[in-house]
Amino acid sequence: MRPILMKGHERPLTFLRYNRDGDMLFSCAKDHIPTLWYADNGERHGTYRGHNGAVWCCDVSRDSSRLITGSADQTAKLWDVKTETQLFSFKFSSPARSVDFSVGDKLAVITTDPFMERTSAIHVKRIAEDPQDQDGDSVLVLENPEGRKRINRAVWGPLNQTIVSGGEDAVLRIWDAETGKLLKETDKEVGHKQTITSLCKSADDSHFLTGVPVNAVSMSPLLDHVVIGGGQDASAVTTTDHRAGNFEAKFYDKILQEEIGGVKGHFGPINALAFNPDGRSFSSGGEDGYVRLHHFDSDYFNIKI
Amino acid sequence: MTMDAQQKTSKFKWGEMDEDDDLDFLLPPKQVIGPDANGLKTVIEYKFNDQGKKVKITTKSRVRKLASARLNKRAMERRSWPRFGDAANEDAGSNLTMVSTEEIVLERPRAPGTKAEESNGDSLSQLSKPGAVLMVCRTCHKKGDHWTSKCPYKDLAAPVDVFVDKPPTGEPSAVSAAPGPGKASYVPPSMRPGADRSAAGSDMRRRNDENSVRVTNLSEDTREPDLMELFHPFGAVTRVYVAIDQKTGVSRGFGFVNFVSREDAQRAINKLNGYGYDNLILRVEWATPRPTQ
Repeated sequence: MRPILMKGHERPLTFLRYNRDGDMLFSCAKDHIPTLWYADNGERHGTYRGHNGAVWCCDVSRDSSRLITGSADQTAKLWDVKTETQLFSFKFSSPARSVDFSVGDKLAVITTDPFMERTSAIHVKRIAEDPQDQDGDSVLVLENPEGRKRINRAVWGPLNQTIVSGGEDAVLRIWDAETGKLLKETDKEVGHKQTITSLCKSADDSHFLTGVPVNAVSMSPLLDHVVIGGGQDASAVTTTDHRAGNFEAKFYDKILQEEIGGVKGHFGPINALAFNPDGRSFSSGGEDGYVRLHHFDSDYFNIKI
Repeated sequence: MTMDAQQKTSKFKWGEMDEDDDLDFLLPPKQVIGPDANGLKTVIEYKFNDQGKKVKITTKSRVRKLASARLNKRAMERRSWPRFGDAANEDAGSNLTMVSTEEIVLERPRAPGTKAEESNGDSLSQLSKPGAVLMVCRTCHKKGDHWTSKCPYKDLAAPVDVFVDKPPTGEPSAVSAAPGPGKASYVPPSMRPGADRSAAGSDMRRRNDENSVRVTNLSEDTREPDLMELFHPFGAVTRVYVAIDQKTGVSRGFGFVNFVSREDAQRAINKLNGYGYDNLILRVEWATPRPTQ
């Protein structure tokens, strides 16, 4: 396959997100400007100017009308996808690390980093149908029990009943989305030992994929494949030979746990990965500032392991 | 186009022109033909070159659809949205999006097809690795079926305790009585009775090197399966390799074939050295100079 290289960002990529129809790709980077691309030919369609810090995460509503972005400038902003209009800005007192719309787009979960005296927290915000009615009040605030440890990602569970979070304390927690009660957490003995850096839902919300200690994970909605990328700190890159790996997106079989293959190309670690909802293409964003959009060759779909 | 016409008008002064002068300095409009069924698109443009002569430029390009975009109605509508932000006033020359000139493949951790052997158990996969030996069970002396450690008759056979470490190449001096395990001082395995003193481990490796045959003067079209076909009548082949140029992808004209047994390799050399293959005369020789023994 010949990947499409998109050089719209001047700083490392942090997050990639397809809309539900799979025709648009949103990219976030440390250069403050989330960007919208066409997911088939990689043309830039627009940028969302307004943040004043690295943008860590974004999510797009099901009907592709709203975009929410979480940034290190201590805000999470709600945008009109079509016009770049900033509809609302949720202000926090620490950087917003991850954002996720609930099913139905009525709620959004936003996690904030530990900062100064503040601990990492999960905020649930109501998203108003009409942007005029939007307010910044939190419906629910969940404080991380492991105080100073950062929550890296929080996503909605099936039917918005739960919120699943994972972070630096290597514990995956399931919270009740109504009451905020901690329902379940992974055992420290059997669970992950290192920071959970990424968390990805399957297409039908039935299971989750956590990335430890890789930078990015994504699950194919079409085949039983997962793709992982990164796993290396950006500061270690200059001392690493590019052939030593870790700059490639590695494909694994979800069930058999066997490696299917690797896709090379980035000049730095991969920070973000996303499968197109149709499963026929995927994109990767690297520390090198490039988004690489790969349309799979037909033989990918016939791979046998 | 319009730029060219303007330049032209600046050279030709309207006032100096004769009435009957036809307007042939005006360029014919740009024509776009296609893309046709083969995706061939032809663009015909007219330009003035440096000498002020009119030139016709025909550009043929192949239009390739990158993805079978099956866009739904809403996605189609989104296509018509105006660009915004930095994308709205980006100049055409800023190539933000490029198609990679490099063909990227999904690199398999191992060649497809090798899996079948591996699923038969690790013993067989070891055989396919370089440095493998012919599988002979030392308990039941059955060839090519299982390793000694996996012998199903292991419990039935007489205990051979100390000789388990012994490589299969060892001489039959194993009959010599071994000291009991009760001996106090440590004896390295290589010094133990029954051990092959002539460095058993490296012997295995060297033997494999010895059985490696270099084939030179191959034609460019020769691929590994062709060599396999050519050499396997002489005996079991463990590895076939044809050197391929990384850049051009064509064969560099030489390759290596590893045989399980040296005799087979020798026979192959005797037979195939000087053999005509694809209009070329093959040269087949030992890959490494034979050690003088």
